[in-house]
Amino acid sequence: MVPINYYIILSAILFTLGVVGVLIRRNALIIFMSVELMLNAANLAMVAFSSVIQSFSGQIFVFFVIAVAAAEVAVGLALIVEIFKTKRSIDVDQMSSLKG
Amino acid sequence: MTLDLILFLILSLIAIATALGMLLSRNAIYSALFLVLNFTTVAVFYLLLGAPFIAMAQITVYAGAIMVLFLFVIMLLGAESLPKAEVLPWQKPLAGILSVALALEATFLFITRARPAGNIVAPAETANMMDSLREMSMMLFNQYLLPFEVTSVLLLVAMVGAIVLTRRERRVHQ
Repeated sequence: MVPINYYIILSAILFTLGVVGVLIRRNALIIFMSVELMLNAANLAMVAFSSVIQSFSGQIFVFFVIAVAAAEVAVGLALIVEIFKTKRSIDVDQMSSLKG
Repeated sequence: MTLDLILFLILSLIAIATALGMLLSRNAIYSALFLVLNFTTVAVFYLLLGAPFIAMAQITVYAGAIMVLFLFVIMLLGAESLPKAEVLPWQKPLAGILSVALALEATFLFITRARPAGNIVAPAETANMMDSLREMSMMLFNQYLLPFEVTSVLLLVAMVGAIVLTRRERRVHQ
């Protein structure tokens, strides 16, 4: 038997690593991957809770989160490709102007 | 120490190590592959928690579709290793301090406020798993039918959006 606290601590650690990735990396693709890592950490906590309270609501919510993440990645990567076409770079420090 | 706990500890070490590898590797392709490994580990966690459907969805959607899309874009842009730009000197230490504070706060709040009761029950047997799958799909297609349909519309909108964003602009006056 694994205490649920362990799962929650693991989820918090993974979420924090995602936040660190967003804060320290300047490559837009790596930042995007870190956001995915954060979504995953939240999903892990939700599945753990749903397994403790013996209800499927948490799992169904995770299913929706996965679908929304897929949509987000499709649009986000299209935006990154477009930014690369105009700026020739995906360094987020370069994206400081509103007008391309 | 039970088998469950040993498995959990090994898997969590792998998960944390791959997340760190994703953060620290200089090559974006290695980062993406580390992230695939991390997603697979999380899928095994879902299996341990008795959520087989979510585990399979995790592998097909995340480790399969989403990460393949990432790899495609990384290779398309040739962005494997970008030249290092000058960064603000106080940025990394500040990020470290803030993230440690966030981790401590999150763990503290989760453990004290959520007061989650007890342990994870043992993963279900195979027959049991099929039962739980049937029960979950009944719930998904009855109680959560409207959100499910809205999700399909959202995916359609995302697809149209991605096509519109990457379409080559055709000049009308030319």
